[in-house]
Amino acid sequence: MTSVAEAVRPYAENFESMQAALAACTPDWLAILRHAAFARFAEQGFPSPRAENWKYTPTRPLEKRAFSFNAESSTAVGTKDIEGALLRASTACTLVFVNGCYSASLSRQSTVTGLRITVLDDALQHQASQLEQSLVTSDNWEHDPFTLLNTAFLQHGVTIELDAGTTLTAPLQLLFVSSKQSKPCASHPRIVLRMGKHSAATLVETWQGLDGADNFANSYTQIELAQAAQLEHLRVQREAAQEFHVSRVMAHQQANSRYASHTLNIGGRWVRTDLHSRLEAPDAETQFNGLYIVDNHQHVDNHTRIDHAAPDTRSDELYRGIVAGNGHAVFNGKVVVAEHAVHADAAQVNNNLLLSRNAEIDTKPELEIYADDVKCSHGATVGQLDEQALFYLRSRGLGEDEARSLLTGAFALSVLDRIVSPVLRDFARAQIRLALPGAVAMEAV
Amino acid sequence: MLVIENLHAKVEGREILKGLNLTVNAGEVHAVMGPNGSGKSTLAHILAGRAGYEVTAGRVTYDGKDLLAMDPETRAREGVFLAFQYPVEIPGVNNVYLLKAAYNAVRKYRGEEELDAVDFLGMVKERMKFMEIDQSFLSRAVNEGFSGGEKKRNEILQMLVLEPRLALLDETDSGLDIDALKIVAKGINQLRNPERAMIMVTHYQRLLDYVEPDFVHVLAGGRIIKSGDRHLALELEKRGYDWVLAEAAA
Repeated sequence: MTSVAEAVRPYAENFESMQAALAACTPDWLAILRHAAFARFAEQGFPSPRAENWKYTPTRPLEKRAFSFNAESSTAVGTKDIEGALLRASTACTLVFVNGCYSASLSRQSTVTGLRITVLDDALQHQASQLEQSLVTSDNWEHDPFTLLNTAFLQHGVTIELDAGTTLTAPLQLLFVSSKQSKPCASHPRIVLRMGKHSAATLVETWQGLDGADNFANSYTQIELAQAAQLEHLRVQREAAQEFHVSRVMAHQQANSRYASHTLNIGGRWVRTDLHSRLEAPDAETQFNGLYIVDNHQHVDNHTRIDHAAPDTRSDELYRGIVAGNGHAVFNGKVVVAEHAVHADAAQVNNNLLLSRNAEIDTKPELEIYADDVKCSHGATVGQLDEQALFYLRSRGLGEDEARSLLTGAFALSVLDRIVSPVLRDFARAQIRLALPGAVAMEAV
Repeated sequence: MLVIENLHAKVEGREILKGLNLTVNAGEVHAVMGPNGSGKSTLAHILAGRAGYEVTAGRVTYDGKDLLAMDPETRAREGVFLAFQYPVEIPGVNNVYLLKAAYNAVRKYRGEEELDAVDFLGMVKERMKFMEIDQSFLSRAVNEGFSGGEKKRNEILQMLVLEPRLALLDETDSGLDIDALKIVAKGINQLRNPERAMIMVTHYQRLLDYVEPDFVHVLAGGRIIKSGDRHLALELEKRGYDWVLAEAAA
């Protein structure tokens, strides 16, 4: 077993190199922030396998790899490489990051009233002082080693601010592309999204690995929804077969705000996603939808948490998984209802299809309810394809493989039906079809 | 067309069919009647290829081929159709997709071109009208949230689209009110012709008032114990099954 010091060492070396490289253009507050975060990370190291949150997802496969902290030149990635990962519809902006670094040539920005986009890559060098407020936030991730790493290596990413009352008609797209490097690299993008009162937007965030890539992405996303703000957020995690992906999404929601998150895990070798929403004022509402398709030797872990911290808050969660081959999926859905959060309404469902003998799923709902007069439900299922449905389809002339693929696709597609934006829904369906060719059964003839 | 000889079959170790013989020729409609638990549905399921039945003796030939050696999809492509007693709900797969996939699977098997979408939809809509099914049904998930009557009508619609040569109707009349029964019977009669054969498995005479069988068989204790024409069904309706069972035991 690797000791804490051993696992931390390569990151310490990277941290030193980065400090040296960026010393000239780093304001004090940022240097202090990075230092404090790295010191904490170095002290505690990667999560212990005994930690309850990491019980089914040992970090050892990640610890064994060495990653460089900065990517080689990103110009090797061209428009053709990313075509399939881009929305066809027009967007309010499309920002492309290659191995963590912003690519101006692949991105497309236009001026939209009420929308301010700041790419950290440049801004941290030239206007860092204005960013302090956005980047230094207090949240409950201070013990999380991956968040600490993200802060320690804070250099790339974006802040997106929407003024009060602004409604974006076209979606925003963030695309993180990972490409084959001579030495695998780690990137730690930071995404900050602040939405003013009564603003509304849709956001597509894609993590796309190109053939042969074997990098590590460790992202941290902060979302703030002011009163009555509405965000629909589709996350497509589709890294290459040998890649590592860790992401944290933390949403803070004010009164009457609505957050809908759709997570698709359809790639990568070792994936851990933590998605949290804090419903901080009455009538805030959140919906978490997820679909993970896990095959070969993939490991995909989704931890979600919803805090009902105010009365009359609502949450609705549906995660579905298809686990095949030697795949291992983990789902942990935590719902906390605070003592004063009366009339909270929380529903959670996790359904899994296990398609092979060697596939594994560990699913666990975790409800902590401290209030009376609440409506909370949860259910988890693990099963195979319905034999009766299979026979029914075959008795109509469909081959066994076709019938299986059709039923598997139908199981997956029902999650995507919950996407409200037609642009996002069509995009999600097209992405899923790459992993599940049978996901066609509700399309028009 | 179909010859069943000395068929013995077990379900979960229990023998249900005990030497069943039945010959069905093209153009004929046979009704298989019998008390509950006599093996009627087992017969329909075995002919369609459902798993879970163990055939311990006997054989079934369809157009001279060994039917029991075929998997369910091959039977369907060869023209065997089972209208289910309890049609299965399939959330996430819509009716039009299933109809088209099924229809093209049969055509492909015969080495024919797939029908283009417009012609196919035209054909399906015409048959839907005949079965008095609303057009909105096409985009609904297969049988999901359908009433009992809608499910049965959907089975007959599939049959009309697929035009099987041998139709097996398993308790198609159960759970239907009189109007739905008439529509279902209309669909079945529409398909009768000299090239096709049908086996209707039913507990009651009801459906036979509207679809007149050429032959009626009584299945009891896993065997056919009496055969006759449609008058046998009428007599069973009046007198019940006990007298046939007594006659067979004597």
